[in-house]
Amino acid sequence: MELFAHCEREPERLLAVTEAGERLTLGDLNAAAQRFAQAVGGHRLVFLLCGNTPGSLLGYLSCLRTGAVPLLLDAQLAPALLGQLLACYHPPFVYVPQDLPEETRTLLGEYRPVLELAGSALLRAPAGPEPELHPDLALLLTTSGSTGSAKLVRISGKNLDANARSIADYLRLTEHERPITSLAMNYSYGMSILNSHLLVGAPVVLTSRSVLERPFWDLVVREGVTSLAGVPYTYQMLRRAGMMDMELPSLQTLTQAGGKLPEALHQLFAAWAAETGRRFYVMYGQTEASPRMGYLPPERAVDKCGSMGIPIPGGTFRLLMDDGSVIAEPDCVGELVYQGENVAMGYAQGPEELCLGDLWGGELHTGDLAKRDEEGFYYIVGRKSRFMKLYGSRVNLDEVERLLTAQFPEATFACVGLDDSLSAFYEGGSPSLAQEAAEFLQAQLRFPLRSFHLRPLEAIPRSSAGKPQYAVLQKML
Amino acid sequence: MTNLEKYDKLFFDAFKVKAVELPSLKYQGIALWDSLGHMDLIGAMEETFKISISTIDVLDFSSYEKGKEILAKYGVEL
Repeated sequence: MELFAHCEREPERLLAVTEAGERLTLGDLNAAAQRFAQAVGGHRLVFLLCGNTPGSLLGYLSCLRTGAVPLLLDAQLAPALLGQLLACYHPPFVYVPQDLPEETRTLLGEYRPVLELAGSALLRAPAGPEPELHPDLALLLTTSGSTGSAKLVRISGKNLDANARSIADYLRLTEHERPITSLAMNYSYGMSILNSHLLVGAPVVLTSRSVLERPFWDLVVREGVTSLAGVPYTYQMLRRAGMMDMELPSLQTLTQAGGKLPEALHQLFAAWAAETGRRFYVMYGQTEASPRMGYLPPERAVDKCGSMGIPIPGGTFRLLMDDGSVIAEPDCVGELVYQGENVAMGYAQGPEELCLGDLWGGELHTGDLAKRDEEGFYYIVGRKSRFMKLYGSRVNLDEVERLLTAQFPEATFACVGLDDSLSAFYEGGSPSLAQEAAEFLQAQLRFPLRSFHLRPLEAIPRSSAGKPQYAVLQKML
Repeated sequence: MTNLEKYDKLFFDAFKVKAVELPSLKYQGIALWDSLGHMDLIGAMEETFKISISTIDVLDFSSYEKGKEILAKYGVEL
């Protein structure tokens, strides 16, 4: 892969700096990859439980480098959900950080350690059948990580290279950049930051701290961090943390993706960046495009407030009407379709689909409804499909219904969502169900309690075919 | 309810912890007290005690005990 072009030539080059001040080089990655290759033996599935740690970073890159195929998961994923994924995909290897939650450790009781790498361990499953992988498959990401959905996105090395190149191009990245990991690396946006900076030979500053902690900002200053990345909620936190009043001379670039930024926040940060000579990039992507598809050039951030911009270098957008015809005139809403080399190979619903080749041919129907203005800038106006965003993470509403029904079989649920707020309408169940169900979702999905609104109904409105009428429910919010 | 009881209740409600866990409770020490939980806790704290916590104190509010010192600065006697 092109991502690793610097590795052979420049083993002394920095890969990452940790919070403790430890320095990792490309040579360290080369050594880790060699050990990884010996232990895994090539093109096999590895569940990679991630934190923003040296162990996770080396594990992730060693997989890509040696042809092992990682599925990136949050190390804090609810153990029950991890258990379901393990039972579904039977990975021959699981790679875990040392400070694993006790329950997760129990779950992996039958796995045996075969390799230790910078505080993470590679565990081997008891002997058994393992899934067959397509030769082009390089990486797997979840479609709805917090609900433990078994539906994965299949990504090739070509996809990752293409997207890293495009990102490095429009962000004008050089080896002098120092991004900090303000997002989780198992999240496609966080992963793309690692990839695009590795490509240009710039080291990342590794931390798992949030922007609401003083040590995070101490680290920004100490390491001369040049860019910050955030989902919409990060920008609310950045405002609350008083970032705009801090002395941060090295900080040059802010990027935002993971859902539509409220226009007031967009305006606030765009104006601040313009005044202080910084660059503010609003961007658009989906995991299915590994992940970046659009960006708003920073010089237009103020006057195109609310827009997610234009296609990234190498990509194109089209808007389609319901009948499939292409919308030519401006300001008409249609489904956004993206074309580019970074569009993934397809989904996998189970282990037998990991051997599939490229099913999408470089074209992605995003499920987002968008319009384009006369200058060619795009605006997301809604969603066509059953997904919503909670704090930047995509949540599949059908999966949430499945989790609720499994836990509370006496009731029937229908979920709809809007801007960080998920409403679960239900019929049946005990009087205490609303509270219990909200707490269950909080514990399983790990979002704040106030994200969940349980609403009892005499009867969920249904179509003649018996399906919940989500559009009707949406209007009741 | 005393101010201390109100203060404790904010933690019980936000993080589902027991009284014995409070003295050692730290930001990022439990799954629920993450950055999202922190924003909510600070918001609830401001509402309960009718104060406005400065950005510096939002960053310094790193534990249950540290929070008591910070509230004292705003004239909230615990």
